[in-house]
Order: sequence, then structure tokens, then C-alpha cells
Amino acid sequence: MRSGTPLFPEAASTIAPRVDALYLFLVGLTAFMTILIAALVVIFMIKYKRRDPNSIGARIHGGMALEIIWSIIPLIIVLGIFVWSTGIFFDIARPPAETMNIYATGKQWMWKFQHLDGQREINELHVPVGRKVKMIMTSEDVIHDLYVPAFRVKADVIPGRYSHIWFEATKAGEYHLFCAEYCGTQHSGMIGKVVVMEPDDFQAWLSGGVQEGSLASAGSKLFQDLACNTCHRPDAQGRGPVLQNLFGKTVTLASGENVVVDEAYIRESILTPSQKVTAGFQPTMPTFQGLVSEEGILQLIEYVKSLKTDMPVSAVRPNTGGPAPNENTPAQAPPTRN
Amino acid sequence: MSSSTVAMPPTHYLNNGLTLKSWLFTKDHKRIALLYLVAVTFFFMVGAAFAVAIRLELATPAGDLLSDENYNRVFTMHGVMMVFFFLIPAVPAILGNFLIPLQIGAKDLAFPKLNLLSFYIYFVGSLFTMYSIVSGGLDTGWTFYTPFSTVASTSAVVPAALGIFINGFSGILTGLNFIVTIHKMRAPGMTWFRLPLFVWAHYATSLIQVLGTPVLAITIVLVAAERIFGFGLFNPAVGGDPVLFQHLFWFYSHPAVYIMILPAMGIISELVAASARKQVFGYTFVAFASIGIAVIGFLVWGHHMFVSGESVYAALVFSVLSFIVAVPSAVKVFNWIATMYRGSVSWETPMFYVAGFIGLFAIGGLTGLFLASMGLDVHLTDTYFIVAHFHYVMVGGTIMGYLGGIHFWWPKITGRMYNDLLGRVSAVVIFVGFNLTFFPQFVVGYLGMPRRYHAYPEEFQVLNVLSSAGASVLAVGYLMPLFYLAYSLKYGAIAGDNPHGAVGLEWNTTSPPPTENFKTTPVVTWEAYEYPTPVEGHVV
Amino acid sequence: MSNAASVAHDEQPHHPRLAHHFESLEQQTDSSLFGMWIFLATEILFFGGALMAYMIYRRWYPDAFALASSHIAILPGAINTAVLIISSLTMALAVHAAQTGERRKILFFIVVTMILGAAFLGIKGYEYYEKYAEGFIPGLGLEFRFPEPEYAKNAQIFFSIYFVLTGLHALHMIVGLGLMTWMFIWVKDGVIDTQYYAPIEIVGLYWHFVDIVWIFLFPLLYLIGRHVHHG
Repeated sequence: MRSGTPLFPEAASTIAPRVDALYLFLVGLTAFMTILIAALVVIFMIKYKRRDPNSIGARIHGGMALEIIWSIIPLIIVLGIFVWSTGIFFDIARPPAETMNIYATGKQWMWKFQHLDGQREINELHVPVGRKVKMIMTSEDVIHDLYVPAFRVKADVIPGRYSHIWFEATKAGEYHLFCAEYCGTQHSGMIGKVVVMEPDDFQAWLSGGVQEGSLASAGSKLFQDLACNTCHRPDAQGRGPVLQNLFGKTVTLASGENVVVDEAYIRESILTPSQKVTAGFQPTMPTFQGLVSEEGILQLIEYVKSLKTDMPVSAVRPNTGGPAPNENTPAQAPPTRN
Repeated sequence: MSSSTVAMPPTHYLNNGLTLKSWLFTKDHKRIALLYLVAVTFFFMVGAAFAVAIRLELATPAGDLLSDENYNRVFTMHGVMMVFFFLIPAVPAILGNFLIPLQIGAKDLAFPKLNLLSFYIYFVGSLFTMYSIVSGGLDTGWTFYTPFSTVASTSAVVPAALGIFINGFSGILTGLNFIVTIHKMRAPGMTWFRLPLFVWAHYATSLIQVLGTPVLAITIVLVAAERIFGFGLFNPAVGGDPVLFQHLFWFYSHPAVYIMILPAMGIISELVAASARKQVFGYTFVAFASIGIAVIGFLVWGHHMFVSGESVYAALVFSVLSFIVAVPSAVKVFNWIATMYRGSVSWETPMFYVAGFIGLFAIGGLTGLFLASMGLDVHLTDTYFIVAHFHYVMVGGTIMGYLGGIHFWWPKITGRMYNDLLGRVSAVVIFVGFNLTFFPQFVVGYLGMPRRYHAYPEEFQVLNVLSSAGASVLAVGYLMPLFYLAYSLKYGAIAGDNPHGAVGLEWNTTSPPPTENFKTTPVVTWEAYEYPTPVEGHVV
Repeated sequence: MSNAASVAHDEQPHHPRLAHHFESLEQQTDSSLFGMWIFLATEILFFGGALMAYMIYRRWYPDAFALASSHIAILPGAINTAVLIISSLTMALAVHAAQTGERRKILFFIVVTMILGAAFLGIKGYEYYEKYAEGFIPGLGLEFRFPEPEYAKNAQIFFSIYFVLTGLHALHMIVGLGLMTWMFIWVKDGVIDTQYYAPIEIVGLYWHFVDIVWIFLFPLLYLIGRHVHHG
């Protein structure tokens, strides 16, 4: 990282220059207003300094015109800043559709990162330049926060749910990574670094590590070990919904609500399955709380994401014996696995 | 110079009863204000001692002075003492208590016994919190986020939470007392729009105290219930939501910062009018700005949670309202400056505090815009930028206002004048020390140094050393008034009724005032800050 | 500018209970009542925070909440609701008696109100004991036994809120009983008369508020599971 006493952080992501531009504008505005205000105070103190101990000030109540001007102009300025900053925020908060995903788990007091192909890192995160990366994060205990100042992004990492940040690194180098939500004794020790590498170097690094197998393949094994495959069968004969091609789709629940099948939904379905049961199915899935770790959940999620087939299939088939809604093809091909 | 008497009145509230009992069981709002003064000053010292430890530790990058556990307790207790036991009560319970009945022409507050009860509630609350300090301290941060505070922390959470809970009722009852007093006890002729702006500011503050503090109280009850009984309201393992805590907590704690600043702004209105001997420019606008800040202040709590997982649309609403709430504050600053225009501007100590307040509050308030900007707040939240921002408004704002008020009304409270040269010197020392302490924190915050860090990367050291050096200057500035103000009690010049030549009912009675405030109930026929025309000559 | 015409202190004899900082008994009464209304506003915010938590969790876990509520016996709650409403009536009658200066009536109605309040607390105590026996206490190291295990976790949240809300309410009732004891003594000692009965009115306001809180708690805690049928 950096030596000496830098006074401005490095800008190493695509969003950083936009954040810096807004920041510098506000610094300028603050400096301008502060100097103006300070100057007026000092000038008035000097110019109108009381010379005669009995003198009093001029009889002036106020001025409507001035009040309106100095209410409306600041209002317009701040609303303008609002619009500018909101544009930046929307881009920070909404990841693009296609991202390279990396899972992050925070726990007192370390960061665990899991690349999809199985690479694991502790307190160090390798990413390539020029790729849109999304961190999908959760905590194993209290609230933490993943913060990379050089990228100008952070988000709280919360137990019991997933949060995310996304970035596209623009410059190779090593940058600080901090926990930015107080989490107990070694909060200030929960730090690390992001190592941004040129794409070729990154590929070399990826293949150089100890291969433990991809997250998805670990998930596939877990899927069998936990006997998920007895209910979730690709031939729609099981008691649970078919998982092929399911990720990312919208399904209707027994309550009538529609939900998108995303990471959070899969996690909920594993841990509290009776909360959001798919329409047409019975709430018979047992909970796996305590039987599968956070890591295991990530592996299962990646496995479900990987379940794609080439044949058009109906996403789910209710096992009530009646006619299935939206059914177009009776049989499905065996699932392909990565 | 004032043409009124320069002898101490023979009887006044200070010598009306000299036993300890007459002080500890007093119903006189002025004496209760002094009881608070002693207690609040003591707790300020406690909080300041923790601050000294923080800055000493942070002078070096490694965590070498304190263990990480102790550091976490130190910054937590610094926050708890300063927020709940100093910043929230100081101006209302000391200057508000003392001045509001005087300024509206009443003999006392509406409920004098309740006022005394408020003090003892404050005191009892502080005992619990002090107990938590000596039994190891609290280590959750003053914001005690769940689930760390409910599940993981092994520190004295319950005693500290109980202390803050009890202390909250002190504020609620004081606010209730002020609201009823201002509505029902004004002297004949003292209409709402003849009230001093100090009173308007405290009215707005009291609205917040009364409506916001109960939400903190129930939040603490829920946290205590989870900790004591094991109820899982914020525990994800049973489906509880840790972020719900944040919503409940900030629903109070954001308006709380307006509890801290509005009274100080009220002081500045008084000081600028008296120092310029001129009506506050745009009185009505300043009065309504106080109310506006109080109301909008209840609607912006989510700006503390832009990265906590709240929805983008909620964040949008909180952000725009946070920008809008800046406008009434700006309006006040412009009105104060316009008050100085063509005034007869004194160069005594209170004016120095006014100047310091306006400059530092301008920076503090404008840096709030950085944080209302969601896109920028993502980078800045939970860094030292936030720490610098809130210290600029709370220390550069509130404490400057508080000290200015103490100095301005010191003659009225004690009947004595302090050494004005020393007053001005310490104001300057405070101003310089403050900027040196906190300005580098903006820089190191944008660099990415997170807050609540015990050790930090080396490249942040120089800025931290500057900050710690500034803190020593600031400490000197804060200690100086203790000495020359105490000295003045015995050796200061006798003040007389109205040493500043100011306008306001408090200056129409003796210094110090009699216990019943006024010998005869005043009847008000003049506007607020209505200085006589030059033809009439000198002021009363 | 001189101090304009000042009003000399009132020389008429004043009521012994008129505090010296008030100009008149009317100002004092006005202020006291206003003060109590403000205090009740703070109480609304206080209970409001807990009700907010209830509303959010109920929206997230409607089935668990309904199921949990359905396991709470309605009869004690309904009896308690009637008891409290009647106690508000007797309290109002006490205030009326104070206005007409009928001392014995005031004492009578205060005592009846207190008995009803105590009855409420007694029934509440019985209900709490029932919860303990059924295994519905979600903490204190006790075993939580919920008939429908898949909903047990979220039912714990329901019962946590149940105990917080009803516990705080019961504490407020105990304070109310204390206030009524105080009023009883003042009436007996002749402190209260036809000119000075604001304290009774104020205690009455407080008691009515405590009643209204229960009117919210009863349906929200006891009645939302009425549609759930279990064998």
C-alpha cells in the first residue's frame, strides 16, 4: 500500500472518480461558504465595532426579500446536490446484471472470501482489473462492514441475510480492506488487503492455488449428502420443486406473493422452509438450521445456480395430482452438472 | 456603562438559605440550574478524560497504550458520558432552567418540584452509568448496535443501559416542564412573538425531548429484555432483525442531535442581539426555523443507515429530507450575520464565542451535506469524516454556544464580572485547538480510516498526531475558564443589573436575581430585542 | 427604556393549595392538566416503539403470529378488558364526585377502581403462570414448547413482544394503583375540595390512558388467531 502521508486516497474503481468529483465540489462549496461567512463576521466585527459604550445598533427588523433569496437559493443548491449524489448512489447500490461473484463471510474478527471455482482466501481478496465483481456477503455473528476505501464502496454485513457490494477495479495494486462496523474487541484488527491484478496475472493466480474444487461441485456433493435430491428431483416426481433452471426466475408462493429465486430465497428455503412455500406444494421440507454451515449454504446456492439444462422445462410441477399449470413438456432431460 | 446600582443586592437567590438542605431540596429553578452546573461539569470532565486517553492512544499507529478491550470501553464511555450526561442536558438544564422563567417574566417554571425531581433522576441515572464504568465499562459504542450488544458483548451493558434509560426521563420531564411553562406562565404582554429566541429554541427542543426520548426508552427496554430474559427480538437465529434496532435507535438519536444544537443556537441569537445591540434580523424566520428543524429532524433518521441494508427508495426519502433540514440552519446563520450589520458590535468574550460558533457550525453543517449525499456517504460513513463532522457541530457548535452563554449570563447568575481578557484568550485558544484537533480528521476520514479503530495503518499517523496535538491545546482552552470564572466568584467586579446594556426581562432584575425573580410582575409592552432609539440615549 | 407598568402581587386570600409561583388556581389547574396530556403523549411514543416492532414482525411472520395468538386463552383477557373498562367508568365517577364535593363518594369510587385494578393484575398473574406451565416463555433459560415446531422460532418473537407489552402495561397499572392510594389519602385528609380537585382529574387521565393501551393490546395479542383452527 502507500507510504508517507497521503492526503487523498487512491482511486482504483470505476465509481471512484465520480465520488471524488462530488466530494471535491462539496469541498469547494464548503470552503467558499465558510470563507464568505467568516469574512463577513470578521468584517462586520471590525467595521461596526462599538466605539461609544452607550451606542446601539440600527433599527432593522428584517427583510423579506433577503429571507426568500437566502432560503430559496440554498434549497435549490442542496436539491441539485441531492440529484447528483443519488445518481451515483443508484449505480453503487445496483450491481450490473453480469458480475463475477465472490462470497464474503465476516466473522469476529476475520474475513473469509470464496471464489466460485473454490479458491479460498482469508483477509486477502484477489480480483482482476476491468471485471465487474460482486461480493455477496453475510456474517456469522455480529454486524460487520466490508469497506475498500480505494473503491469507495462499503456495505454492512449482517447475520441472517445477504448483502452485497459491487465494483470494477481500474488499477492494479494492493489496497486496504477494513471492517467498518464496530464488532468488538479486535474490530481494528479485522483488516486485510485487496490485490488487484492484471487479467493474465489473475488467471495465473487462480490456477496456481490449491484446487479444492469449485463451490458448485462441493454443493453438488452436499446436495446428495443431505439427501436434498430425494425430494428435489429433476423429473418432477419428487415432493419438492424442480431446481433445474430455477435460479433467477419468479415463482408464486402459497400465499399468492411472487418472489424472485435469488441467493436470499434459497438461503431462507434451507433454513426456514415453511415461511415461503411454493404454490402447489406442501410445507413438508424440514429445516436444515444447524445442519449446514454458512459455507455449506453458499455451496448449495452455487450448485443450484449451476443447474441448467438445454431443454425447455416447466420450472415446477405440483405434486397434488391435478393438472400442472403452464405445463408444456411432460419429460425432462437429465440435469447437466458442472 | 449601565447607570444602575453597582452594589450586590442584599438578598438574592444565592444567599436566601445557606444550609445544604436549602440547596439539595430547593424548588428554585435558579438553584436547580446550579446543581446541574456542578454535575454536568463533573461529567464533562469524565468524558474529557476518556477523550484524552483516546487521543493519546491514537498518536501512534499501533495499539500500544491500551489493550483493545480497554480502548473499546474508553471510546464507548466517552460517547455515553458526552452525549447523555453533557451535551443533551447542559444548555437546557443549566441555562434553560435559569433563564426561561426570567425571560418570560415568571416566578418559576410551571412545576418546580418536578424540576428538582428531574435533577435527581439525572443524578440517579448517572450513578448507574458510573457504576458500569467502575465495573469494567461498556464496550458496545454509544450506539450499542445489536446483536453485538445483546448477544456478544460481555461488558456492563445492562447497568449502563439502565443509567441511560433513567437519565432519559430527566430530559422528558424537563421538556414537559418547559412546554407548559412557555404556554401558561408568560407575563402579561409577553406574546409568543415577543419571546426571546432563546425561549423559542428551548420550546422546539422540548418538543423533541418529549416525543423522541420515549422511543429511546423503549428501545433500551427491548435490548435489556433480550439481554436479561433472553427474548430474541433482535436475534436473527429466531427470525429477529438486528437492523430493526437501528431504526428504533436512530428514530430518537437523530432528533437527539437537534436537542443538542437548538438550545445553543438559541444562545447565539441572544448573544448576537446583545453584542450588536440590535434586533435579531428576521426574528420570525429564526423562530420558525427552530420549529422546522425540530419537525423535519424527526424524519431523517435513515441517513445513518444508508449502508445498513435499508431499501434504496427509503434511502432516497431520507436523503432528500436531510438536505432540506439544512436550509433552516443556513437561514439562521444568515440572519445572525445580518444582525451584526450596522450593529454596535461589542468585542467582549461572548462575541468571540458567537464568531467561533458561526465559523465552526458553518463547517460542521456544510459537511453534513457530504453525508446526506448517499453516493458519497457510502464512502464516508463509519470513517473519521463522520467523527469530524459531529464534533464540529457538537463541540464547535454546542460547546461554543454553551460557553458563550455561561460567560454572557455569568454576571446575572453570580453578580460578578470575570476577567474579559482571559475570556477572549481562552475563546481563541479553544477555537485554534479545536480546529487543529478535528480538521485533520476530515482528511484522514476521506482517506478511509474507519472510526472506533484502536490501531491503524501507518500512513494515517501524521494526521492523527496533528489531531492529538490539537487536543492538548483544546484541553488548555477548556481548563482556563474553570480558573478565571471561579476566581471571579470572590474577586470579580460587581456586575449590577445590566452590565451588557442588553434588552430582555432577565436584565430588568438584580444580579443575582431574588428568589422570586421579580419584585413585581413585569408587564411587557415592547418587542423582542427592542433597543431604544438613539435619541433616548443610554439603555437601562 | 424604563420598566413599564408592573402589576402588584395579588392581595386577595388564596387557596391553601395554590403554589406561590402561580397567579391563580385556574392557571395552576390549567398547567397541571396540560402537563399530564404532554406526559400521555410521551407514553404513546413509548408504547408506540414496541407496537412498531410488533407490526413489523407480524407483517413478516403472519402465520406464526396468528398461531401463537391462538394459543392464548381468550377468556381471561376478555374478562380483564371488561374489568378495565368498568374501572375507567368508576374512575370517571370519582372525578365527577370530586367536582360535586361528595367526599365519601370519591373515596368509594377510588376504592372500587383500585379493587378492579388489582383484579386485573391478579388475572394477569394467573395468565403469566399459565404461560409458564404451557412452556410459552421465550427466555429465562426455560424450555420453549410450541405445538407447531416449524413456527416455534418466530412464535418466540411473538411471545417476547407479548411479555414486553403486557409487562410494561402491568407496571403502569401498578403505578396507577400507587397514584390512587395517594389520592385516597388526600381526599380523606381534606386536601381535595371543589376548587382543588385537579389531582383527581390528572390521575383519572392517566388511568384512562392505561385502559386505552389495553384496548389496543387485547385485540393485537389475543384476537389475531381467531381464524386458526386446531384440534
